[in-house]
Amino acid sequence: MSPARTLATAARVLRQLRHDPRSIALMLLVPCVMLFLLRFVFDGSPGTFDNIGASLLGIFPLITMFLVTSIATLRERTSGTLERLLAMPLGKADLIAGYALAFGLLAVVQSALATGLAVWFLGLDVIGSPWLLLLVALLDSLLGTALGLFVSAFAASEFQAVQFMPAVIFPQLLLCGLFTPRDRMAPALEAISDVLPMSYAVDGMNQVLRHPDVTGDFVRDALVVAGCALLVLGLGAATLRRRTA
Amino acid sequence: MMNYPAGEAADQATARSDTDSTTPGSPPAHPAVPPAAAIAAQGLTTVRGDRTVLRGLDFTVRAGRITGLLGPSGCGKTTLMRAIVGTQAKVDGTLQVLGHPAGDPTLRSRIGYVTQAPSVYDDLTVRQNLDYFAAVLFPGRAHRQERRTTVDRAIDDVDLASHADSLAGRLSGGQRSRVSLAVALLGTPELLVLDEPTVGLDPVLRRDLWNLFHQIAADRGTTLLVSSHVMDEAERCHRLLLMREGEILADDTPEALRHRNDTATVEEAFLRLVDAAAARAAHAPEEPRS
Repeated sequence: MSPARTLATAARVLRQLRHDPRSIALMLLVPCVMLFLLRFVFDGSPGTFDNIGASLLGIFPLITMFLVTSIATLRERTSGTLERLLAMPLGKADLIAGYALAFGLLAVVQSALATGLAVWFLGLDVIGSPWLLLLVALLDSLLGTALGLFVSAFAASEFQAVQFMPAVIFPQLLLCGLFTPRDRMAPALEAISDVLPMSYAVDGMNQVLRHPDVTGDFVRDALVVAGCALLVLGLGAATLRRRTA
Repeated sequence: MMNYPAGEAADQATARSDTDSTTPGSPPAHPAVPPAAAIAAQGLTTVRGDRTVLRGLDFTVRAGRITGLLGPSGCGKTTLMRAIVGTQAKVDGTLQVLGHPAGDPTLRSRIGYVTQAPSVYDDLTVRQNLDYFAAVLFPGRAHRQERRTTVDRAIDDVDLASHADSLAGRLSGGQRSRVSLAVALLGTPELLVLDEPTVGLDPVLRRDLWNLFHQIAADRGTTLLVSSHVMDEAERCHRLLLMREGEILADDTPEALRHRNDTATVEEAFLRLVDAAAARAAHAPEEPRS
């Protein structure tokens, strides 16, 4: 692994994005618009906005980065640039870390905008530090990047890649505790939600929402999300083959 | 599977092809052939799915020369090239490239490979594409000057200086494939593997590219393996490998091929060899195709 090659890859990914201002605008603005909408949907019950808003701050970066990464790496696979890069002296870790770095940077900007808007303009009541919200959001985006990279290996076209979004993300969305507390689900579903990483992302956000300090549960949540992200990144690296049939 | 020591394999194969090209009456082959083989294959077999794409190939590619890999579409040219650059899975037999087994990590900076479809980033400019691939080859601040030099030269090589700041996706098909070629020229690789680099180009551009290939072989001592299914490009190569259905029909110079088969063009010689092979296959007992 070479830091210079990783940085060059991250710079290249960001340069590609710079030629696509519409995508950047969509990535940065859509979460803000959604939060804005949500605030006024729950105009009469600010408590509900606090709950759902905080959870969504963790979910948005995960979904966006999942979509962006799965399409970007699929394009890399289908355009032949991946084969070319792997025939060159580039480590797989350089490529993956480069992508994670570039999209992580984007996720920081996205999360900062969304968190800032929610906390300072839409009156989201957070008892803990907004910085911790940002930290969880960053870990979530990393998880999204990792999942996107991994599923792109199983998609033969961009059409399929987009279909993986509902397949991979929606079940987690339903079971993560956003719609109803996890301990009130059917026991089997609760057990499943215990092993899905998004549950911990949402739980972490709620810890920050309710507690002034860093709680033990928050640390556990953050570690689980980070661990899952690294695990899936490793699996993603295994799908990058120098030799293909 | 056959597994000769590398040196012995190369010697045997070179000796064999030398006798081929000195058939009585053939014009003198190119003089001063470097003794080293850039590529040496023994019993090279590749299976894709349930199809055997390469069937026990034995050949050598000489260093510093342009070798044409010719044959109809689907005969295994691309698979052979992918085996040489080390991106093809399930390769059996011995394949030595620049003195190492194909796919050896040390070869990655010594081989330039151009796939048939241009593999560049459409949403980057020509220069940004080359800058990135140069950074993969020569990472770090210390190599900044080297990168600039090699990128400028590659852009000049393929004559795209006037389009250096255009997005690759906005270029014409021929221009995009030249960007792809420019990437392979970065850093003066010792071996260039070019998969149909001139397909879809106009005649002027094709001539210019072939002149470039010859210049690269002569000035930089680079070995070139160039595939094509257009037989008139065969005459521009130093040596030819004629392929059909995963087998090598001939390994010779263009002159010797024409002469030996008593034909005016390489294309006719190829057709004659194909017919002869088909006739042999018809008489031979049925073989299972696996």
